[in-house]
Amino acid sequence: MTLREIKEILKAEIICGEEHLDIEIEFAGGSDLMSDVLAFGKPGLLLLTGLSNAQSVRTANIIDAKAIIYVRAKKPDKMGIALAKEKEIPLLSTHHMMYTACALLFNQGLPGVRSSSNQK
Amino acid sequence: MKKSDEHVLSQQFEIKGGDFSNAGKTSTSIKEILQEIGIDTSIIIRAAIAAYEAEMNVVMYAQRATFTLNITPEKLCFKVEDEGQGIDNLDMAMQEGFSTATDEMREMGFGAGMGLPNIKRNADRFKIFSTPGKGTSLDLTFFLNQDE
Ligand SMILES: Nc1ncnc2c1ncn2[C@@H]1O[C@H](COP(=O)(O)OP(=O)(O)OP(=O)(O)O)[C@@H](O)[C@H]1O
Ligand SMILES: [Mg+2]
Repeated sequence: MTLREIKEILKAEIICGEEHLDIEIEFAGGSDLMSDVLAFGKPGLLLLTGLSNAQSVRTANIIDAKAIIYVRAKKPDKMGIALAKEKEIPLLSTHHMMYTACALLFNQGLPGVRSSSNQK
Repeated sequence: MKKSDEHVLSQQFEIKGGDFSNAGKTSTSIKEILQEIGIDTSIIIRAAIAAYEAEMNVVMYAQRATFTLNITPEKLCFKVEDEGQGIDNLDMAMQEGFSTATDEMREMGFGAGMGLPNIKRNADRFKIFSTPGKGTSLDLTFFLNQDE
């Protein structure tokens, strides 16, 4: 599903990266703990998070995540937005809470990260 | 890359403890360097995750650190030497879920107690030394030739 479709499903607002809305998203994962994201995340991830500091973007960039959806209408700070623009990571914000946002996407057919304990 | 160049690249970064607004910048730069060199993407991600977790630990638990990056045709090495409180019980610190992070750090998204286990899992070689009251150092190796 495209990021544009995801934006519609979540009635999300674009913070930056409007020009990348046609990218294809294959799987997603949600967490507010950055070490969790680094442990389960895989390149291509759509990250849903309630954490809105610059580390959310830095973490996404480290694992080559494709985009970030901030839940509960959160928005990252200026430093986070600047890095996202530089790294071409689109940022969106939805008023839905984490559980609902994930459920809405899952119901529309977007799967979670396939779990594997070792990425080596 | 020519075999004869022992050190293809060697670079040092300073990390400041407690500086949360800049936390993660060093690893972001290191990832960029690895991408410029053209290292295999799957190795870059493992190395970047380890660098980021190591950097965050310095920001959270130490005063300062020197992060040394060394690349040879065979391997990528990270040495992260900090001055700080050190770790009293390394076995405990290495367990998934063990964390002494404050509520403030947790609000920022840290303190899952997953950092050190994440680093160990992603590195091909992992060494940690710590002297309580003095500091901690991490020695990480990533082999660049898959068969090793
Ligand atoms: N450089 C360090 N100096 C002093 N103590 C450290 C250092 N690195 C880790 N520790 C100690 O080891 C514990 C476990 O570290 P680890 O990185 O696994 O988890 P965390 O930092 O608490 O949480 P997370 O990494 O998931 O955000 C820390 O809570 C801290 O007590
Ligand atoms: Mg940590």
